[in-house]
Amino acid sequence: MSANKKKTRARPRKPAPRKPEIWKLRLYVAGQTPKSIRAFANLKVLCEKHLKGRYRIEVIDLMENPQLARGDQIIAVPTLIRKLPQPVRKIIGDLSDSMRVLVGLDVRKED
Amino acid sequence: MAQKKKASQPSSKTLPKAATGIQGLDEITLGGLPRGRPTLISGGAGSGKTLFGLEFLVRGAAQYNEPGVFMSFEESIPDLTKNAASLGFDLPRLAADKKLFLDHVLITRSEISESGEYDLDGLFIRIADAVQRVGARRVVLDTIESLFSELPNPGILRAEIRRLFGWLKDKGLTTVITAERDRPDRLTRHGIEEFVSDCVIVLDHRIREEISTRRLRIVKYRGSTHGTNEYPFLIDEQGISVLPISSLGLDHAAPAERISSGIARLDGMLGGKGFYRGSSILISGTSGTGKTSVAAHFVDAACRRGERCLFFAFEESPRQIVRNMRSIGINLQPWVRKGLLLFQAARPTYGGIEEHLLVTHKRISSFQPSVVVVDPVTNLIMVSTANEVRSMLTRLVDFLKTQGITSIFTSLTAGGGPLEASEADVSSLMDTWLVLESIEIGGERNRALYVLKSRGMDHSNQIREFLLTDNGLRLLDVYLGPEGVLTGSARMSQEERERTAGTSRRQELESRQRELERERRTFEARMATLQTEHEAKEERIQQTISESESLGKEASKARGQMVRSRKADASAYKKEGGAKAALKH
Repeated sequence: MSANKKKTRARPRKPAPRKPEIWKLRLYVAGQTPKSIRAFANLKVLCEKHLKGRYRIEVIDLMENPQLARGDQIIAVPTLIRKLPQPVRKIIGDLSDSMRVLVGLDVRKED
Repeated sequence: MAQKKKASQPSSKTLPKAATGIQGLDEITLGGLPRGRPTLISGGAGSGKTLFGLEFLVRGAAQYNEPGVFMSFEESIPDLTKNAASLGFDLPRLAADKKLFLDHVLITRSEISESGEYDLDGLFIRIADAVQRVGARRVVLDTIESLFSELPNPGILRAEIRRLFGWLKDKGLTTVITAERDRPDRLTRHGIEEFVSDCVIVLDHRIREEISTRRLRIVKYRGSTHGTNEYPFLIDEQGISVLPISSLGLDHAAPAERISSGIARLDGMLGGKGFYRGSSILISGTSGTGKTSVAAHFVDAACRRGERCLFFAFEESPRQIVRNMRSIGINLQPWVRKGLLLFQAARPTYGGIEEHLLVTHKRISSFQPSVVVVDPVTNLIMVSTANEVRSMLTRLVDFLKTQGITSIFTSLTAGGGPLEASEADVSSLMDTWLVLESIEIGGERNRALYVLKSRGMDHSNQIREFLLTDNGLRLLDVYLGPEGVLTGSARMSQEERERTAGTSRRQELESRQRELERERRTFEARMATLQTEHEAKEERIQQTISESESLGKEASKARGQMVRSRKADASAYKKEGGAKAALKH
């Protein structure tokens, strides 16, 4: 019974990411720092590898739009936010550890 | 003048300061928090850190025209607004006036994972944006350490927080950083105090014998002198009030004006003019000796002069005092109605000693009385130690004297004990000390009063009996007996004895006078008799003398004739004859 319940709870989550197909990712950076450039490059490589053709990356430079930091509760940069599929997930750092990014974005099992 | 100089010198010479506007705090810090630098406020849960930060910003915006930014890492904006409203701060209005910017930094650990290096530029940008929006001069970070539980990689976080403090300092923002103190041996959970080297203030909320007290201490303040004590503080509907323990020195004015005690004969005992204005007066005595009555007389007299009186009652309710005083002919009700007399009644146990002191301060500041009565001050010992009560009284007396307020403290002495010794601590603070006693002689108790001391005036040293009559307190004449002052029935019998003795003395005197008069009359009568006798004698003697003289003449004449006739002795007559012959020649 309990095992069954676990399954039913986990199930709708797994197929859900597949259905919308498009992954909406948002990367917050603060200016063209080495860290932010590195983060964007790392993300690009990762998406090409695992989410080819079904992702969109929006880069927001807080130096230009500081007021946007409040909306997504950004304090650390770079911060990557998975807006879609739900639920929202955040990964902070330059995304150099791709394993952790994949775990954080929950894309590892997609392959 | 001298005081003004002192106050302005350190702030201008050493370090610019930003006044907090928090009551009492600017006195301890000699001007406020270090301007343009971070200050750490550390304290346990519920010690008032967030409120401290809020008040710093609200007062800065409202009183010093320095807008502020509040970065909340814990409470949400609606919660903050609600909490602040309960303390009389209208955050939405300040925000609408662009004097305050509130930002809630919400991080949910479960949503976040980490991959690689990061920095806190996002937070920097948020603060910078908020600062720019309102033109802020002040920033509060409440409680930035909560980031440690929300963000991974504490090493990076520590470095970034250090960078943040440096950045805030570069921007010249006066910053308050709150931090939770979880253990008594350290100031903050994650040791961020090492990044804040300018000013550290610790707030403390402790419970002792079921009574809570809040205390504040400045642990360090680089480049400035500051009060080092633990200062009690209070949070009430007007925010924080800190009570400086020693900021008031012994430099109060000493008016020479004298004011009546309300009891004419007591004024007589006090050099004929009563108390000094602005002096502190202690009325001590065992229970039921009439301490409150003496105080009520003074209050009544002050109100008659049109002065305002503040009566702190720790023992009786205001209505009870008014009723009881009416029984000795003092009607306080009209003064209450006119607003000249204000009662502040509370059981001493409702708060800690500091709370009492702060409430006292606040009431005095708002009511501006010229006379304050604390009845009885000893009840405060119930909630504290004698030592603390003394320190509270020192502060209170200093405060009252600086304000030029005449104060009366009644003190209940435990029966039997040596009176003077038991209150030696308090007495040195007092200018005038009246002692009320219950003297037991001849199976009855009678009230007596004496002036134990009264600085700077010639005062009576006599123990005086007094009665509480329908027309108030009445001091009686003094009768000294072999065992001291006579009171009650002993006095009355003495009075009677003296009256009887007086009468008999008078009677004796009168009889003596009568006797003297009699003697005088007898004497005069005798004198008269003697005089008559004497006159009679004299008359008789005169008569005899004249008789004998005429007899002598007759005899010599007869003899001469006889001689001539006899021619017996010519020589005897030659002279006579020669003389006659010479005359003839």
